[in-house]
Amino acid sequence: MIPVLLILIPLLGGLSAFFIKNEKSSRIWTLLISLIVLVFGVYGVTLKAGAAGLTYNGEWMQALGGSFSVALDGMGQLLCLLTAIGFPLIFAATWNNTYKNANRFFALMLLSQAGLMGVFVAMDALLFYFFWELALIPVYFLCSQWGGEDRIRVTFKFFIYTFVGSVLMLIGILYLQSQTPDHSFSIYSFYKLELSPNTQSWLFWLFFAAFAIKMPVWPLHTWQPDTYEKSPGAVTMVLSGIMVKMGVLGLIRWLLPVFPVAAYSWGDVVGTLCIIGIIYASLIAIRQDDIRRLIAYSSIAHIGLMCLAVFSANESGMQGVMIQMFNHGINIIGLWILADIIEKKYGTRKMSGLGGLAQQAPVMSIFFVIIALANIALPLTNGFVGEFLMFNGVINTASNYYFIFIIGAGMGIILGAVYTLNMVRKTFYGANIVPSSGMPDLSWNEKLALSVIVIIILILGVYPQLFLNISEDISKMIVNKVDVRGLISK
Amino acid sequence: MNNFFEIAYWIPLLPFIGFLVNGLGRNSLSRSVTSLIGCGTILASFALSIWVFLQVKNGSVGEVSYFNFISVGELQIPFAFKIDQLSSIFLLIITGVGFLIHVYSTAYMHEERSAHFARYFSYLNLFVFSMLLLVMGANYVIMFIGWEGVGLCSYLLIGYWFKNTEFNKAANKAFIMNRIGDLAFLIAIFWIIARVGNANFNDVFAVAQGNVEGKKFSASDITLVTMLLFIGATGKSAQIPLYTWLPDAMAGPTPVSALIHAATMVTAGVYMIARSNILYSLSSVTMEVVAIVGLATALLAATIAIKQNDIKKVLAYSTVSQLGFMFLALGTGAYVAAVFHVMTHAFFKALLFLGSGSVIHAMGGEQDIRKMGGLSKKLSITYFTFLIGCIAISGIPPFSGFFSKDAILLSAFEHNKILYAVALFAALLTAFYMFRLLFLTFSGKFRGTDEQKHHLHESPSAMTIPLIILAILSVVGGFVGIPEVFKANGDKLSSFLSPVISKTGEHHVSHSTEYMLMGLSTGLVLLMIIFAWFKFRNYKSSESKGFGKLLENKWYVDEIYDRAIVNPLHRFAGFLKDVFDKKIVDGLVNGVGKAVQYSGRQLRLLQSGQVGIYVLLMVLGMLLIFVIQFFLRK
Repeated sequence: MIPVLLILIPLLGGLSAFFIKNEKSSRIWTLLISLIVLVFGVYGVTLKAGAAGLTYNGEWMQALGGSFSVALDGMGQLLCLLTAIGFPLIFAATWNNTYKNANRFFALMLLSQAGLMGVFVAMDALLFYFFWELALIPVYFLCSQWGGEDRIRVTFKFFIYTFVGSVLMLIGILYLQSQTPDHSFSIYSFYKLELSPNTQSWLFWLFFAAFAIKMPVWPLHTWQPDTYEKSPGAVTMVLSGIMVKMGVLGLIRWLLPVFPVAAYSWGDVVGTLCIIGIIYASLIAIRQDDIRRLIAYSSIAHIGLMCLAVFSANESGMQGVMIQMFNHGINIIGLWILADIIEKKYGTRKMSGLGGLAQQAPVMSIFFVIIALANIALPLTNGFVGEFLMFNGVINTASNYYFIFIIGAGMGIILGAVYTLNMVRKTFYGANIVPSSGMPDLSWNEKLALSVIVIIILILGVYPQLFLNISEDISKMIVNKVDVRGLISK
Repeated sequence: MNNFFEIAYWIPLLPFIGFLVNGLGRNSLSRSVTSLIGCGTILASFALSIWVFLQVKNGSVGEVSYFNFISVGELQIPFAFKIDQLSSIFLLIITGVGFLIHVYSTAYMHEERSAHFARYFSYLNLFVFSMLLLVMGANYVIMFIGWEGVGLCSYLLIGYWFKNTEFNKAANKAFIMNRIGDLAFLIAIFWIIARVGNANFNDVFAVAQGNVEGKKFSASDITLVTMLLFIGATGKSAQIPLYTWLPDAMAGPTPVSALIHAATMVTAGVYMIARSNILYSLSSVTMEVVAIVGLATALLAATIAIKQNDIKKVLAYSTVSQLGFMFLALGTGAYVAAVFHVMTHAFFKALLFLGSGSVIHAMGGEQDIRKMGGLSKKLSITYFTFLIGCIAISGIPPFSGFFSKDAILLSAFEHNKILYAVALFAALLTAFYMFRLLFLTFSGKFRGTDEQKHHLHESPSAMTIPLIILAILSVVGGFVGIPEVFKANGDKLSSFLSPVISKTGEHHVSHSTEYMLMGLSTGLVLLMIIFAWFKFRNYKSSESKGFGKLLENKWYVDEIYDRAIVNPLHRFAGFLKDVFDKKIVDGLVNGVGKAVQYSGRQLRLLQSGQVGIYVLLMVLGMLLIFVIQFFLRK
């Protein structure tokens, strides 16, 4: 029942939040709900994958062939944990942000959480699609109602972009269902399909487009920096910390095992896109003056590496992606929290108008430096383990171009240091430019949220086995399904 | 494995605890408490290191694994330490010299505010922790953790005075140039894992030597791996082409330059290659490259050092040059000589840097040697120890530098006469620029302001005592490696290291030739010193012209890098950001969008302006369906 509760609690909590008119109460209510979800999320991780409490099969949309089939496998456990930790962290860190119609804002946030949980646990394609939309649509409202200037145009682009992706995926799903002998949407029926290479090929691109837009993969990324820049801080955190993982999970669970032959034959094309994306986004990040846009482009580069590692289709790369999905979420939420605080305090997020903050806000600068270092994968932070395993996966890929891939992806390591350290330098070091805000360094809620993040960074950096053990079985399972080398050589 | 090694983890853990306590308590701890924690933890590590060293000397070496750091499929990376002859020597150098520099820092940094004072010590302790990880790791991954860790501490300490933008830029430059090397190191690790299945030193070397069934390093694998590791080393150990960060790194406090940018961190590359000597000995191509790059760096940096006027810059280029000598030794197969030079260099270069710190302290922050002169009277201890350092680095017997440099020159001579001649020339330049520095600083008339003259004073004992100890070590440190010609079995270092470093053949040079070489180099060095004395005892500043200007401007290497790599990349990134991403990629997307919108407008469907309502209804409808289906299914 755990996965059902992970969906239902935020769903019902969110729906009821619409009716709490008092701002303060709705805020507390939301935090409370997200904490309850956290309890179940943590509990879900402690169970061994495959345990009875982690799967649920109910009837739903039977007329269409759907079923309410949800399960928490190792990947789902990690991503649900990320979602469960992420939301209360975000609520805590942005506790003092005010919104008009706060109850609606919080209600939509919780609905989005429900959708995310659903995406991560759905084992039925129709259900997966349903939650995919459920997660996105609240975000669309959150951006268009509470975003910054120019929000309508930006949100419209975001919406159209992701909507087009969803529709393509829906077409693919419907076609797959028609191919199954029992006309089922179940993932297990999809896994059993034996599609011809040609069929796999075009279906592959339908699904890939949807996931690639969501992550985003170059060149489908242009909605992302604008959206991250203009959305309210809390929404950006959800979008880039958690929601991009929908795309990565999609690749791992719904794309590779269903179309292994296509994944193999298109692997080099996708790999090339990823490499271009890593270098391209890193270079653009170097030239950004706006902290938010810098983090946005940095995220494109990081996601590019994850996508590359997924297509390496070996255990090391897969395990690296599994742990990195979690790590990236935690780290980038941390960066956004800090960017949000800076903007609130100093009224700008342009680095040219900042500088010397380490003197005014030493605690904030320490948090920033630690999280930034995790973002560039310094050893003994969580980022290192993920990147290490992903690189190790990439070099062992079946592709003939592995050496080009590893060098290209490696450029991301160097360029990442360039833009991250420049950001730290321009914002926190140097002579003091900004007049003191008069506000204290960090408020207690911000300190709490950032401390949690730093503790996670260090624990997973020193003892990553904690999470690697959780995702081990699912990684093996996926890799076995995708291993078509024997099939190809025949 | 020996049980008593289990507690070896305390050696790095103690400095780490120091880092945590000083870092977290920086606002509440007084300076004396901070100093006590900072120095005390290193002293305790030093005591443990001595104990470990004695155990190793009695023949107990081993590995101890604490937990599984990464375990994925076949790949196992234990968090394990290797304690053997090589690592135990480095432990002594790091904690021993490290302790002296910590003590020195308590006085040197005394004027900092206490929170910053504690921050300084926490960084310094973190550095020692990382450096210890680097040398204690039993596999390349743990080594890499320390490797990047020391890079981080270097970054933090170069930019310690963070209000100064130039300093911060130097810190970034150091980190980024190191990262270039680190990438090569990482790829080498992956390559090793792909061939061996893990990264443990023992397994890697066993496979390389062909002792493992079913696993094999081909000749090209070994060349690739050793080249990649060497590229990693050029970053950390400031060799061509990645050396330009080290002179800029002098922005950090002077004790930091002594500890990180002279005695320990920059020798990490030497340690790495010495540790991998089995691999390197199997690739003659890489060995040639290492020797040539090392020698070229030694020469290039020495020529630059001749014309520098900043006391720390001279020492920085000197460090680059001496590191070049170490790589020359490695490349000619004289691994022990390289480690030997790491050791003696740690003594005399730390001494020289700390001495320069004492001078800067006395001069009220002035670093330009053209504005010094005649300091020997007021700073007698500093002067005397600095003189010892200069003699040691110049290679005059029986000071420590003589023995280690002689071993390197001898190895070069055996290898190739041209290498020897160039190396000897670089060694002569060393003597020249060091004594130029000495004479400009301490001899002649004082050229600073009256205020500075009035202020001149010898440093407190917390600074002079480390100077004296290091001076003694610089004198006697060479006696662990006395060549066979002087004393049978005098080369204790070689025999101690022999289990780790395979001997690459006996000397082919006759004793008489060896004596002649020593006589030649010593004689020429003395001539150089006399030459420097006449040229610089009464210095008058003059404008450099022609070749001198080229040297003063460091061969314009920084400018070349900027013009050839940094600026074009910067412009290209700007093009991507402002033109390509906005106009082309996004332009295409918008074009498609506009086309769709146009047809939409024709259909007059989206024109009502109520898209939001439609979508809201859609969501609510979906939710309704979901809830109904879920609850009413029975």
